[in-house]
Amino acid sequence: MTLAEYRRGRGVEAPHEEGHVAEAEHAEKHPGPLEYAQIGSILAAITGVEVAIYYLGLAHTLLVIGLLVLSATKFSMVVLWFMHLKFDHRLFSTMFILGFILALSVFTVALATVGGKLV
Amino acid sequence: MATEWPQTRRPGLADALRGVREMADQHYGIWSWIATVDHKRIGIMYGVTAFIFFLTGGTEALLLRTQLAVPHAGVLDADQYNRILTMHGTTMVFLVIMPLSAAFFNLMTPLMIGARDVAFPRLNAFSYWVFLAGGIFLNASFFTKNVFSGELGAPDCGWTCYATLSSKAFSPGHGVDFWALGVQTLGIASLASGFNFIVTILNMRAPGMTLFRMPLFVWMTLVTSFLLIFAMPVIAVALFELIFDRLFNANFFNPDKGGNPLLWQHMFWLFGHPEVYILILPAMGIVSEVLPTFSRKPLFGYPFVVFSGIAIGFMSWGVWVHHMYTTGLGTVANSAFGISTILIGVPTGVKVLNWMATMWGGSLNLKTPMMFAIGFVAMFTIGGLSGVTHSVVPSDYQQQDTYYVVAHFHYVLFGGAIFALFSGFYYWLPKFTGKLLDERLGQIHFWLMLIGFNLTFFPMHISGLLGMPRRISTYSEGQGWDLWNMLSTIGAFTIALSILTFIINFIYSLRRGQAAGHDPWDGRTLEWTIPSPPPHYNFEKIPVVHARDPFWHEKYTEDEEGRPIPVVAGAANGHEEEAHDDHGGHGIHMPSPSYFPLIAALGFPIMATGLIYDYALVGVGAAVLFVGIYGWALEPATEAEEA
Amino acid sequence: MAQAVGTAHLETSTGLDNRKLLMWLFLGSECLFFGSLIAAYLLYRDRSVSGPYPGDLFDIPFTSVSAFVLLMSSVSMVLALAAIQRGNVRGMQIWLFTTAVLGLLFLSGQAFEFTEFNHHGLSLSTNLFGTTFFVLTGFHGAHVTIGVLILLSLFTVSLQGRIQQKDSLNVELAGLYWHFVDIVWIVIFTLVYLIQP
Repeated sequence: MTLAEYRRGRGVEAPHEEGHVAEAEHAEKHPGPLEYAQIGSILAAITGVEVAIYYLGLAHTLLVIGLLVLSATKFSMVVLWFMHLKFDHRLFSTMFILGFILALSVFTVALATVGGKLV
Repeated sequence: MATEWPQTRRPGLADALRGVREMADQHYGIWSWIATVDHKRIGIMYGVTAFIFFLTGGTEALLLRTQLAVPHAGVLDADQYNRILTMHGTTMVFLVIMPLSAAFFNLMTPLMIGARDVAFPRLNAFSYWVFLAGGIFLNASFFTKNVFSGELGAPDCGWTCYATLSSKAFSPGHGVDFWALGVQTLGIASLASGFNFIVTILNMRAPGMTLFRMPLFVWMTLVTSFLLIFAMPVIAVALFELIFDRLFNANFFNPDKGGNPLLWQHMFWLFGHPEVYILILPAMGIVSEVLPTFSRKPLFGYPFVVFSGIAIGFMSWGVWVHHMYTTGLGTVANSAFGISTILIGVPTGVKVLNWMATMWGGSLNLKTPMMFAIGFVAMFTIGGLSGVTHSVVPSDYQQQDTYYVVAHFHYVLFGGAIFALFSGFYYWLPKFTGKLLDERLGQIHFWLMLIGFNLTFFPMHISGLLGMPRRISTYSEGQGWDLWNMLSTIGAFTIALSILTFIINFIYSLRRGQAAGHDPWDGRTLEWTIPSPPPHYNFEKIPVVHARDPFWHEKYTEDEEGRPIPVVAGAANGHEEEAHDDHGGHGIHMPSPSYFPLIAALGFPIMATGLIYDYALVGVGAAVLFVGIYGWALEPATEAEEA
Repeated sequence: MAQAVGTAHLETSTGLDNRKLLMWLFLGSECLFFGSLIAAYLLYRDRSVSGPYPGDLFDIPFTSVSAFVLLMSSVSMVLALAAIQRGNVRGMQIWLFTTAVLGLLFLSGQAFEFTEFNHHGLSLSTNLFGTTFFVLTGFHGAHVTIGVLILLSLFTVSLQGRIQQKDSLNVELAGLYWHFVDIVWIVIFTLVYLIQP
C-alpha cells in the first residue's frame, strides 16, 4: 500500500494537511499582493524611523534599544509573512528558529567571555 | 525513460548529457561508480577511502611513536615531527572517523528506515567526491617540498592550528594554507551530508515508522547531522578568517593591529566541541544496535538513550571553553564552563548505564561485533572518566597540554569511536559483501587491538601527570618518561599488527567467507530482511512498520515469561503481510546516475590550489563548479523528486 | 531546474517537500555562518588601533537608500511568487526580473561604498574595522550575487516556458533564499551602521 493508503487506513491525516489547508481555502488565509505591498510600505516606514532616530541624538542606550526593537520587527515581518513561516508547517519554523537561537546564544556567550561589546 | 520536453525541441546540450549519463547507467564498470548516486555504493566508497586514510594516519602514528620510543631517537627531526603530527591528527579526525561514520550513515540509514535511497542522491555523491578531493588535496601538501630529501610540505601547526603560530609570520610556506583550504573543502562535504540525512530521516521513513520506532543508530545519525549543519559554518568562518589573514593580510588574529589570537580558539572550539560529539554519537549509535542484537534483548531504556543523545547534542554547544581554561579568561568563565562540562557527563553516563542494562540478563553472543561493542563501553568509560578530571578547572590546569590529554582523547576516540566502527564493520559489512568475516581472525584482531590500545595509551596518563608535554618531538632521559614511552610504542605496533589481521580477514573473507544470507545475526531491524548484498532498489516491497525492532517482532513473539519464541513460518504474527508491493523489483524507478556531482566537486580543489599558487586557477575552479552546478540543476528530471 | 510536485499529496513522512525542508535547514545553518561573522565584527568594534573609523566613513543616508532597495526587492520577490502561485507566468517574470534588478542596484551601491571607503584609506589590511567590515559585508554581497544569479537563471528558464504554476516551488525556494539575504542585511544595517561605538 502507499503511504497515503496507510494513512487513510489508520484514519490519520497527512501531517501537512493539518497546517497546510487545501488550495482554495489556502488562498483566503494567504496574504495577497495587496497585503504584501502593505507590509512593504510598513518595512520602508520602519527603516525611515530607524534613520530618523539615528539622527535624533538620543542617549546611546535608548538609541540602541530603539534600533534593536525596530530591526527585530522588520526581521520578524519578513520571516513571518514574506517567508511565509506564519502560515507554513511548524517544522520549518523549528528548523530556522533552532539555528537562529543557537547562533544568538552561542555568540552572545562568546562575546561576553572574550569581553566583546554587543552594543 | 521518456523525456518530459516537447519533442519538437532541437536536441541540445542536455540531450547529449543524457546520452552520456545513459552510458553510466550500467551497474558494472568504473563509470558506473563514478556516476553512481546509490547510497550503498557511496557508502562503500566512503568506507574504502576512509580506511585507506586510516592506514595513512596510522603510519603517521607509527612514525611518531618510533621517534618517541627512546629519548633523542633521531628518527624524525623536529620539523618532520610537527608535520607528521599535524597530519596524523587532522587525518584521523577529518579523513577517518567522520567519513567512516558517513559510510555507515550512507549504508545503513535508508535500509533501517525502509527507504530506497536518501532524499538527495546527487548531493550524496557530491559529498563523497568533495571529501575525496579534500583528502587528496590535504595530503598533496606533503609533496610541495622536496620529499626525497626529507622536506615535508605538510602543515605543521597541529590539528588545532592556533593563532598566531598559524600566521604567515610564524608559519611561512604553504603548509597551513593547505590545511585551512583542505579542511574548508572537507567541511563542505560534511555540511551537504548533514542536510541530506536530516531530510532523509524526517521525510523518507517507511509507513508506520514513527520517530520513536526508529533504530537508535538512525536517531544518532539525526542528532549528528544537526550538529554538523550548525557547527560546520562556524569552522568555515574561522578558516576564512585564517585564510584571509594569511593570503590578504587581514587582521583577525593580528595582535599588532589589535586583533585577538584567542578569537581563533573560541571559533575553533565552538566548532570543535560539537565536533567531538559528531565523532562519538554515530559510534554510540552503532553500539546501541549491536548490544541488543547480541544480547537478544531490546535496548534498555530506549527513550532515555534517545533523549540523552539529544541532550548531548544541545549541551555540546555550552562547554567549549573547557579547552581554554588556561588562557586567562577569568574565574567566572572558567567556573561556568566547568559546571556545564561536568553536567554533560550526565547524559553520557545515562547511556552507559542503559547499555549495561541491555546486556544484563541477556543471552550474550560473544561474536566479534559484540566484543568490539563491549570494548567500546569499557574503553569509552575510561576515557569519559579522564574527561571528568579535565572538567574540573584546577586539575585541568595540571593536565592541559600534557600527555594526559592525549590519553583522554585517544580513549574516547580510539577506544570509543574506532572500536565501535570496527564493531559496525564486523556487524554490517556482511550485508554488503554477502560474506561473513572470519570469526577467529576477528577475535584475534579484537584482543590484539584491545591489548595494544591499552598498552599504547594507558601509560600516557602517567607520563602526562609526570609532566610530559604534548607535541614535543623528543625528550631527555631522566625525567621518568622513558618506560611509559617505550610501552606506548610497543603498544602502537601491536595495534598495527591487529589491523593487519583485520585486513587479512577482510581480503580472505571477500573470497572465501561464509555466505552471510539475509540475517546472519538474528537481527532486529529492517536491514536484515533483505538479501546480502541488497538489490539496488533495497526493498522489493516497502515494509510497513508496526513496532520498534520491527524485524524481531516479525520473527518472534513472547511466552508468558517474556522469552522470545519464534513465530511459526507462514503463521500471521498479528498482522498480515501487507507490505507495499511496489513493482516486483522491475518497474522500480531508481534515481539516475550523474556525473555532475563529481564535476562540481572538482571545482573546490582547483580553486584551493589557485588561491595558493595562481589566482587564475581560482577562476578555472569556479567555472568548473558552475558548470557542475548548472548541469546538475538542468539535468533532465529523474523519477524521484530529489535535488 | 528540476520540476516540483504540487503542494498536495506529498508522500513524505512529514508531508513536507524535501527541497523546502532542505532550504529551511540551510537557512538555519546560515544563521551560524553570519552569526560568526557578525560576532567577529562586534568583538572588534572600536578596537581598531588606528583609523579610518566607522564614523569617518559611513554615509548613513546612502546606505539607508540601499537598505531600502533591498527591502523592496523582497517585496517584488514575494509578488513574483504570488503571481506564479496563481498561474500568472508573465507577472512572475516581471517581478523576478525586477527583483534581480533591485539586487543589482544594491550590489552597485555596495561596490560604490567599498570603493569610496577604499579611497579614504580603508582596506582589508588597514585595521580591524577594515578587516571585519569588508569580510562581513563582502560575504553578504557574495550571497546577494549568487541570489541574483539564481533569479536570472529562473527568469531565463521561465522564458522557455518551463516554469508553470505547478513549478512554483522553485520560485518559492529562490524567494526563501532571497528574503534571508535581506534579513541578514537588516541585522547588519542596524548593528554595523546605525549602532556605532
